[in-house]
Amino acid sequence: MAIEVVMWAMRRLARSRRRHITETLQAAEAPRWVSQVPSRGRALALPAALAGVLLLAACGQPPWNNPYPASQAGEKILYGAFTERPNHMDPVRSYSSNEYAFIAQIYEPPLQYHFLKRPYTLVPLTAEAVPEPTYLDADGNPLPADTDPARIAVSEYLIRIRPGIRYQPHPAFAKDADGAYLYHHLSRAEIGRLNTLSDLPETGTRELTAEDYVCEIKRLAAPWLHSPIAGLMGEHILGFKAYSKRLNEAAPASVNGERPFFDLRQMDFPGAEVVGRYSYKVRIKGRYPQFVYWLAMPFFAPMPWEAEALTDQPGMAANNITLDWYPLGTGPFMLTENNPNMRMVLARNPNFHGETYPTEGMPGDRAAGLLADAGKPLPFVDRAIYSLEKESIPYWNKFLQGFYDTSGISSDAFDQAVRFNAAGEAGLTEDMKAKGIRLTTAVNASIWYMGFNMLDPVIGGDSERARLLRQAISIAVDFDEYISIFANGRGVQGQGPIPPGIFGHRDGEAGIDPYVFDWVNDHPQRKSIEDARALMVDAGYPGGRDPATGRPLSIYYEAMDAGPDGKAQLNWMRKQFSKLGIELIVRATDYNRFQEKIREGTGQVFMWGWNADYPDPENFFFLLYGPNRKIDGGENAANYQNPELDRLFEQMKDMPDGPARQAVIDRMTEIVRHDAPWSFGFYPESFSLSHQWIGNVKPNLMANNTLKYISLEPGIREQLRTAWNPPILWPVGVIVAVLAVGAVPAVVIARRRERSAAL
Amino acid sequence: MSAYIIRRLLYAIPILIGVNLITFALFFVVNSPDDMARMQLGDKRVTEEAVQGWKADHGYDRPLLYNADAAGLAKLTDTIFFQKSVKLFAFDFGTSDSGRDIGYDISQRMWPSLAIAIPVLLVGLAINISYALMIVFFRATYIDVGSVVLLVAMMSISGLFYIIGGQFLIGKLFHLVPISGYDTGLDATKFLILPVLVGVIGGIGTGTRLYRTFFLEEINRDYVRTARAKGLRERVVLFRHVLKNALIPILTGVVAVLPLLFMGALITESFFGIPGLGSYTIDAINRQDFAIVRAMVFLGSVLYILGLILTDISYTLVDPRVRLS
Repeated sequence: MAIEVVMWAMRRLARSRRRHITETLQAAEAPRWVSQVPSRGRALALPAALAGVLLLAACGQPPWNNPYPASQAGEKILYGAFTERPNHMDPVRSYSSNEYAFIAQIYEPPLQYHFLKRPYTLVPLTAEAVPEPTYLDADGNPLPADTDPARIAVSEYLIRIRPGIRYQPHPAFAKDADGAYLYHHLSRAEIGRLNTLSDLPETGTRELTAEDYVCEIKRLAAPWLHSPIAGLMGEHILGFKAYSKRLNEAAPASVNGERPFFDLRQMDFPGAEVVGRYSYKVRIKGRYPQFVYWLAMPFFAPMPWEAEALTDQPGMAANNITLDWYPLGTGPFMLTENNPNMRMVLARNPNFHGETYPTEGMPGDRAAGLLADAGKPLPFVDRAIYSLEKESIPYWNKFLQGFYDTSGISSDAFDQAVRFNAAGEAGLTEDMKAKGIRLTTAVNASIWYMGFNMLDPVIGGDSERARLLRQAISIAVDFDEYISIFANGRGVQGQGPIPPGIFGHRDGEAGIDPYVFDWVNDHPQRKSIEDARALMVDAGYPGGRDPATGRPLSIYYEAMDAGPDGKAQLNWMRKQFSKLGIELIVRATDYNRFQEKIREGTGQVFMWGWNADYPDPENFFFLLYGPNRKIDGGENAANYQNPELDRLFEQMKDMPDGPARQAVIDRMTEIVRHDAPWSFGFYPESFSLSHQWIGNVKPNLMANNTLKYISLEPGIREQLRTAWNPPILWPVGVIVAVLAVGAVPAVVIARRRERSAAL
Repeated sequence: MSAYIIRRLLYAIPILIGVNLITFALFFVVNSPDDMARMQLGDKRVTEEAVQGWKADHGYDRPLLYNADAAGLAKLTDTIFFQKSVKLFAFDFGTSDSGRDIGYDISQRMWPSLAIAIPVLLVGLAINISYALMIVFFRATYIDVGSVVLLVAMMSISGLFYIIGGQFLIGKLFHLVPISGYDTGLDATKFLILPVLVGVIGGIGTGTRLYRTFFLEEINRDYVRTARAKGLRERVVLFRHVLKNALIPILTGVVAVLPLLFMGALITESFFGIPGLGSYTIDAINRQDFAIVRAMVFLGSVLYILGLILTDISYTLVDPRVRLS
């Protein structure tokens, strides 16, 4: 590209020289008054001519500011960006959205979420069907499906996968003519010469088998792999903890920080067992209906033993060849370039088993064009190139220039992109509409809440005094204002622990928190500050004063953002508490110390959030489940404990969705609203933009493997990029002119000085 | 001179130990090994057992500086500080806390840093010296006054302003080069134009003012007066005599920063998406990857000491009166 630009510039220069010669000849023939132009004018004429030449030269050329090679023009490539380097690409360790953006396109767990259907629905991916559990009693005898959960000792999931699925081409599968693996027994010297996986030129593939899924479940238990869900799975998968211990004893010790290959197939695991070439069983202790959701996450994707046989050879990790860097899957894409400091490239997997675009969706999907590709083979794009873009300003500008196909909206760019109408609905600004950009919004399956430490003697506990104080604060802290000021309106006020879109959430009047809101004109309206002050009087803090000291009640707020951006939020928070006469003392610290205080239960009031792992109310109520308190190592940051809620939680988590479960959830929600261990802050809303050449954009907050559904029109993109990015060269001419004009008096002075020096 | 260099290298050892100790102390005041484990393992569902397991696997389960339970010398050697620091002196940076070979990553990432730093240094030097000479040539005229005002204004503006302004004008408004990004080989050229331009312009204020001072100091010396008395033209006086003598402080200053060019520019690399060593260090601090932070601080210290030694040597080369002893 650079050479092309240079060649093109030289050609243009030659042309401009010819033009200059012509102009010179014309000047010679011109009337005398033309050549009598003052010298300063002549000085200006040259840069002006230069600018004109450059301007003409730039017309109709491909964009100079295109960050991609010209050879990619017209290809079906999706261009995106990532702001943070993914830490882990090994499915056993990866547990964050920026990592899932890549590995979910590569690894295929047995299940996935339907792309279009709502509420979120599990459908098979590599499995033949969504598995139904078989219940067994303590003696291993089958039990009926509607049996009393107390009698269930084991839930057995039989998962049948489809035959004929093959892995992406990979050196781990490469074999010689005799069928021996080429790269499983490399010498130290051979490994020492490797820098990347592509240094192993030969590749192979093989069919996906049930054993690969079992191998991955065994890897979850391997202590040296540090899976973040090992603790949780230890609670649910039969024999998991014991197996983990056995593995630790049986596996060879690490040498120089590298653990030699240990074939997990040699150690049986009662929690996961191969039944046949295409079927395996997972055994769960008791009942855990939410387990099927985990089967849609990369933690349960297949891992062929050959992958570890290759990467666990001594010296491989020292040369950066690990499964954490080079993923290996059966999905529609494979990672062909992993340079997280610059670029990550996903390319179509030539061995992909084939999948078609969904043929059914929700009402309105057809009209929105989301079913136009129904039944067509996936994926629609050949490659996806993600560039590292750490700063939001260049990211946003490159999106506007057409060099990124989709973008979020940073706070800086929000007003430029979005405006709200009188009804509070978000829409695009005229500039965005003129570019054909589309806005997609969705309320996230997450909650951002204000937590009260229930172990605190002032604000915690189940006393009436503390409860009324918490309720008063919940009214006083106006999260609608918070959303408006700090989130650009991207959020919905929280009414309970379950966000919209998750079973158990209620909309409308039935769904409001009656302790904090009233239903007015078909909208929830926060109770008045007078109501909150009345609660303060009832709590024994009239005017916010502590009767014991006669001074304003002091409450400590644990803040995790001590930077300049957080300061405005902290000031706002102080103002909210001061409405009640409470003196809020902010203890701002870094995230590490903040977490430590919460773990130790020494904080008083704090804000925190939770992103759902799966679309089930259990995944939100477990944050308020007593045995799950943070001080006991769980995720219940408020350290809330209510025996009735705990009992209902144990009942609800095993129930199928339906009226009975809804009734239990309603009661649980009422308990939590009454006890107010949280002020239900808000449910964040995501806004994303996409260009007109991108198709099949529908937010799916549970599925991570949505790249395969996206379609694009590269021809339109090329045309618009060229139209949006014409090189503008006149400023160059202006700068040259300014320098030339500035040089004239300097030359005059210089000559005068030279003359004077000679005298 | 050899004895001098050897002595300076020996002096470097306690300095490097001190730097290592300070880095270690500062890092672990803010981050405990538990924090590092939690950062690597993620926020959600991390058990205490997993944290302890990670620490044991990565050698962070020892005491920080002093192991009271150990016997003899092991009280000092069986500590995180010793185990993590001693190999640095053999330039074995080991692996990062996320498992990457630090030495390999540094060898890969120093080239993008150099691709920006070297052109910025050379072009900046040429422009700053030329501009400073011009100001001195026109001293006591409106060009001198105007230039000094301009330079003071330029040096008062934040570097971030030049970056964002450059991206806005040249990348966004005029569409002349990509706003950010990087590529390998010759394809990197189009990505380097803007950061180099921004780096050069951003450095004009400080550099030119400094060099102007050097030139003005020289121009009042006796040899200049003699040269003028001999009837030499001002241009000849400046370029043949003043420039040569003023180059001594300029070159020694440049030599001192040469080794540090490897370390990259933190903000520039971050804004332009350049995968250099500056962004490598920033990322490591954000990810609480002590292994990388320690390696980069150590490398920076070594290069700084090397720069100072080279400065001393360069003095002897450009000024024969100087002798190292």
